[in-house]
Amino acid sequence: MAQVSNQKKSVITPKVDKFFMGLANAYAFVARFFKEVFVPPYEFREVIRQCYEIGYKSLPLISLTGFIVGIVFTNQSRPSLSEFGAASWLPALISIAVVRAMGPLVTALIAAGKVGSSIGAEIGSMKVTEQIDAMEVSATNPFKFLVVTRVLATTFMLPILVMYTDFLALMGSFINVNQNELVSMPTFFVQVFEAISFLDVFSSILKSLVFGFTIGIVGCYKGYNSTKGTEGVGKAANASVVMSMFLIFIEELLSLQIVNAIRNA
Amino acid sequence: MLDTKEKVVEIRGLYKSFGDLDVLMGVDLDLYKGENLVVLGKSGSGKSVLIKILAGLLQQDAGSLKVLGNEIIKLNYRELNKLRLEIGFSFQNSALYDSMTVRENMEFPLVRNVKNLTKGEITKRIEGLLDSVGLPQTINQMPSELSGGQKKRIGIARTLILEPQIMLYDEPTAGLDPITCGDINNLINQVKEEFNTSSIVITHDLTCAKSTGDRMALLLEGKFDAVGSFEEVFELAEDERVKSFYDYNFIRK
Repeated sequence: MAQVSNQKKSVITPKVDKFFMGLANAYAFVARFFKEVFVPPYEFREVIRQCYEIGYKSLPLISLTGFIVGIVFTNQSRPSLSEFGAASWLPALISIAVVRAMGPLVTALIAAGKVGSSIGAEIGSMKVTEQIDAMEVSATNPFKFLVVTRVLATTFMLPILVMYTDFLALMGSFINVNQNELVSMPTFFVQVFEAISFLDVFSSILKSLVFGFTIGIVGCYKGYNSTKGTEGVGKAANASVVMSMFLIFIEELLSLQIVNAIRNA
Repeated sequence: MLDTKEKVVEIRGLYKSFGDLDVLMGVDLDLYKGENLVVLGKSGSGKSVLIKILAGLLQQDAGSLKVLGNEIIKLNYRELNKLRLEIGFSFQNSALYDSMTVRENMEFPLVRNVKNLTKGEITKRIEGLLDSVGLPQTINQMPSELSGGQKKRIGIARTLILEPQIMLYDEPTAGLDPITCGDINNLINQVKEEFNTSSIVITHDLTCAKSTGDRMALLLEGKFDAVGSFEEVFELAEDERVKSFYDYNFIRK
């Protein structure tokens, strides 16, 4: 009996230890970010470069996705609304869905896949090839140059990308509605803006900031802590995407609860 | 052979282990000003660990390590970075930043550590160093466009841009053909003469050791068992472990 309990202990304890050690390390990493972000020197040029890499270079993929989401969601919603004779509510329904949830969520998931994996892989390969050590020995703070800049760039770029996705999704929706219900652009957009409130837009931007921060910090954390070897780089990239997406869904759920509580207050 | 006996690095009773694996077990070593000290040993013997502790990339478990009179373990981050300006570290795989050109690689430590330099001064310094390592034409190239030997040279030039007093070379000839190895060995000697540096060269290549070293130190089983000139350490060696190391390099006459 004692043997059985010892065996169980030896299987469970390392995993529990690893989990809590991982949490402590992640906490220390995030805390270090908030400590370093306010302390000079500031790497403004690198932040701008990262904004370009993360923001501008994601535009083609985000554009296509946003546009298609708008068309597909409109098409899929039409039969249900038509059944109740409420097809004219399509613009309002689409605007609420896109601005409150789909825009931020779709953009964040795409960014997690594209940007998060590339950050994880880039920093992971820099770790493996001793480039991070090379920065350290040349009296430069690699955390500031690599982590702070990327996390700031993802945090500031994601809300912009989300607004851009929202716009394209609404344009996609408009084209669909225009073709089927012959609604003009002014009529469509009047309905869109009547349906959404300041709280919807504000919470969407705030949520996007959090999503952007999550994508950046998870990618950097996984890359910075990747184990030696090319296998470690692959694992870092993969783990960045999986962990970012998981956290984004949890954050979406939390934000929904908070915004609903504010709305009902 | 040496101009002076001033110690720039002083290591006493240094211990380092990784989990159950003891790597350094009471290492004592001195580096004198103006000398090239070659640290030899088998792969995995802890040579690179030793210089990583010296550069503050790893921390020892026990023992004392003084660099230019500073006990490394007692320094805070700012003091350590100040000391790092005096230490150049040439990595085994060169560790060039592969998203930057050669010029940007060399600018990177310079603009962050030396204030008030004009663009012209920065360019002059970079071009001067690239001339010294014989690669002025590579200034706008990416690391991926360079050969292994060129990467090593650029890596060395990048460390020299901060004009360090101490150079640490981690396996400078690893993975290079014999002719390029000879070029790198000459460069290490040239750096010592031209920049008046004191160096620790980590290698398991006896040809490199013989060409570049004023003194040899052989790391065996976590300790320096033999320290002295090449002849003292190898050619007059009685210890079978030292003899086998020497024989393995095929240069015993």
